[in-house]
This record gives sequence, C-alpha cells and structure tokens, in this order.
Amino acid sequence: MNEVEQAQEELVEEFSFFDNWMDRYQYLIDLGRRLPEFPDAARIDKNKLKGCQSQVWITAKKVNGRIQFQAISDAAIVSGLIAVLLRIYSGRRAEDIVNTPADFAAAIGLEQHLSPTRSNGLAAMLHAIKSFAAESLEE
Amino acid sequence: MSMTDYRKDFPALHQEIQGHPLVYLDSAASAQAPSVVIDAVAEYQRCDHANVHRGVHTLSHRATEAFEGAREKVRSFINAAKSSEIIFTRGTTEAINLVAQSYLRPILKSGDQILITHLEHHSNIVPWQLVCELTGAELVVAPINDQGELKLDALYELMNDKVRLLAIGHVSNALGSINPIQDIIAEARKFNMAILVDGAQAVPHMSVDVQALDCDFYAFSGHKMFGPTGTGVLYGKHARLEAMPPWQGGGDMILEVSFTRTVYNDLPYKFEAGTPNISGAVGLGAAVDYITAIGAENIARYENQLLSYLSEQLATIDGLQLIGTAANKASVQSFVIDGIHPHDLGTILDHQGVAIRTGHHCAMPVMDFFAVPGTARASLALYNNRDDVDKLIAAIRIATELFAE
Repeated sequence: MNEVEQAQEELVEEFSFFDNWMDRYQYLIDLGRRLPEFPDAARIDKNKLKGCQSQVWITAKKVNGRIQFQAISDAAIVSGLIAVLLRIYSGRRAEDIVNTPADFAAAIGLEQHLSPTRSNGLAAMLHAIKSFAAESLEE
Repeated sequence: MSMTDYRKDFPALHQEIQGHPLVYLDSAASAQAPSVVIDAVAEYQRCDHANVHRGVHTLSHRATEAFEGAREKVRSFINAAKSSEIIFTRGTTEAINLVAQSYLRPILKSGDQILITHLEHHSNIVPWQLVCELTGAELVVAPINDQGELKLDALYELMNDKVRLLAIGHVSNALGSINPIQDIIAEARKFNMAILVDGAQAVPHMSVDVQALDCDFYAFSGHKMFGPTGTGVLYGKHARLEAMPPWQGGGDMILEVSFTRTVYNDLPYKFEAGTPNISGAVGLGAAVDYITAIGAENIARYENQLLSYLSEQLATIDGLQLIGTAANKASVQSFVIDGIHPHDLGTILDHQGVAIRTGHHCAMPVMDFFAVPGTARASLALYNNRDDVDKLIAAIRIATELFAE
C-alpha cells in the first residue's frame, strides 16, 4: 500500500464514525477551518481554478521528491473538501499521486462533490493535483 | 379551484431528494412542466411527427398544423397583431442575439449608443457588447438604487437621439424587480430608438400585451413558463422584422435558391432557418394553454402574496440580508447570510431536499453593485405554497447552526 492509499484508508475510517450527513458536514467544515493560512500574495488569478461557483486557489511545489500542495476556498464546505484532498495528496510522491485512483470519495459519502458536472471546482482541483504530479514526472 | 391545487399537475414535484420531499424554489432558472406539456410533446412524437411546411403527406400536414397552431397560441398569449410577428427561437438568448445581429448591427455606426440597465442578465449585455466591438458604438448603462430599482430619472436623462436601441429587462432575474416598462417605453418613444424588452422573467408571472406596451421586440423563453427547454420566442413588429435581413441561412427560410440569386421566404420563416424544434413548439403551445386557463392575473395575485410571505419569513433569520427590496417585485428573493457562502448554503439545503439557486445568476454587474460574490436566490412559481417557504426557512435554520462558529 502506498502513502496515498494509506491516507485514503485513514480518512475513510475517520468518516465512518459519522452516521448522518450533518455530522459529516460539521466535521468537514471544521477541517476547512483548520486549513493552514493561505498567503494573500498567492491569491492571484494564475492560481485560481476556473469553473467553480466558489473561489479556489491552489499552489504546488516539489520538495525533496515530494509534492506540497497549498489551497483554500472562500466557501467553508469546499475548504473542508480541500483539507481532505490535501491530507491525501500533499507531501506524497508524484508517482503515487498519479497512479492511485481517487476512490475514497464514495466511501466517505462525498462522491457528489467530486463529480465533474458539479460546479464546485473539486473535480477541477483533483485534476490540477494529478496534472501537477504528472508534469513533475516528465521533468 | 384554489391556486394551491395546481401543484398536483407537476409530476417532478412529487419526489424525494435525499430522503426529503422536494421543495423546488428555482423556477426562475427553469420551471417544472405540467403533465399537459409533457403529454403534448410525447403525443406529438408518438403520432404526428414529420417535417413541417414541406411534405404533402398526412403527418407533415399534422406536424405543420401543430407547429403553426402553437405560433397562433403564442400570438394570442402576448396579444401580437399577427402570427407572422412570432419567431420561434432556442430561447431568450437567441432572440436577443437575432436582434443584435440582424436589426442592430447593419445600422449601427461609431458614435451610436445602445442603452441598457444595471439590472440586465448577461444575455442582455453580451450580445450588445459584441456589436459594439464590431461597430465602435457605445454601451450605456442606466443605474439602480440600493433597493435594486431602476433610477428612472437617470435612465430618462440617458435617452437621446444617439441611442439606436433601448434593451431592457421586464423583470430582473437576480432581484425580481419589475421595471415600469410601460412608462419607460412611453419616454423612449420621444426619441427615435427601437425598444427591446427581455421578458424571460415576466411571462410566467404576469400578463403581457405587446401592442399595449408598444415595444418593437419582446423576447422570452419557453422553459421558464412551464414549456420545454430549447424553445423561445422573439416578437417583433411586422415592419421592423420585414426590414431586417435574415440572420441564419438554410432550409425553410428561402423561396428560391440558385447560385446567383436567392429569394428569402416571408415572415416569420425568413428567421427560422433549418428544421425547427417542432415538438418543443407544441409543448410551448400547451404551456400557453395551461397558463391561460389558470389566468395570468390569478397567478400574479397568488405569487405576490407568497413572495411577501417568503420575504417576511427570510427576514426573521438572524444575520440574513435581503438583496433586492424593490417596491414592485415578482417571484424572486435573493439574500445573503453573514458568514455563510451561498454555495455552502445551497449544498446544505440540497441535503434537506430544498432546491435554490446560488451564485451570480448570470448578472455579475448586479452582484458587483451589492458588493457580494453571489447570492442565494429562492424563486417561486404558481405551484409553490407556504409549506415550501416554511421548509426553506427550517432548512436555513439548520444550515445556520451548522456554520455557527
């Protein structure tokens, strides 16, 4: 099991404690509130994802062979979903990011948010994470 | 029959979303269709479908009769003088683009002006920007006040002989403000400008008489008035339409074609190139019958009472600010809640079966005016009732608890 798979499994277990949607969202909102500060200087168009109803900014850098992501949204639930994605993907090896399918969403009851037809930008963010990892492998 | 009895006519309203009965408060984006509309489309497809205007066979005659019958229903619905003044389009957006490209673009010169208002939907902004870019004409925008009402004095001051067209919404989609369109048109008639009214948000909620209004063009969509998507209407005064060149070329819009000379068909066919959306028009005709049978005045009276109840109930929620508080409104209430992003609110309401619209509502200038990135918008149709409003309020209260720090 690679680190991405392991992080997914941990999250699925964490979310399995909630037996109703309100508790799940409450937890998600709390995760979003605990996201690390996102620098104002990075809130620029270049880092903004298109096609979201809420605003999402994301940056990525490669440190010691691992990719560090930072992201934030002006919406609380989206910030929570960002926290989930960062837990899974940030600080991982590019090949693990690229090669591990994102099948955790259904298991934690949030699959609707990751559907590409949803205009909340989460699918776009997952795409951005995977693209950055794929590009770094080509370098 | 009581106004609350019509709800049963709409099959889509009788379902559960995530274990809750659906509360549909997004009719300003797209209204649900009653069974009579769904059945009319299905019946046409099942029994009468063929191409219109061409065949000598029975089905083609039936299809043509159904299609032209729908045009006549629409004519009567908005009291146009002739059915040849009713052009079927894909929707309001296409109707406005048709006027921009066929009426305005050929006559527009650098230095001319197009007058719109700050309330407009993007569909009544961008088509004009496109022709301005091509011709050097200028887009002039009339301002609004903090209630979301047009500043009429300012609008009238912007009227002059440089204005070639006034393009104005009848009812604002983001705020619900009803513009005093009759007075505005009377004022505009003092100058030599053409007048287009975007009636997309008006026709489902009030009676419209294009002859009494004396507008040159009136555009609206089928899917906001309980008809199928992909249907819409451009009404144009006969003399205006007659003078306009065709916009799109193809079949049905011609009388004679050779490689040296093509003779265009008469109105309205000149503007309906290609096989039209026949089943959609049939559905739109059924929607017109449905509204007419209930009575536009009855719908307006019922919805006004319900809108007052909606706005009053929303105002009882701590930290909620109503956006758009015009004295004269139809069917829409936008709002924002302190500390809750509209997108988050929409997500939590969806989990409780409540469908509202969140975002900029294709009216970014309106959002900029109120300095919000977007709003939550609850919009009503004749099938909504007080129970829908109560469920919305209860769902919002749960959301405010969830997002409380």
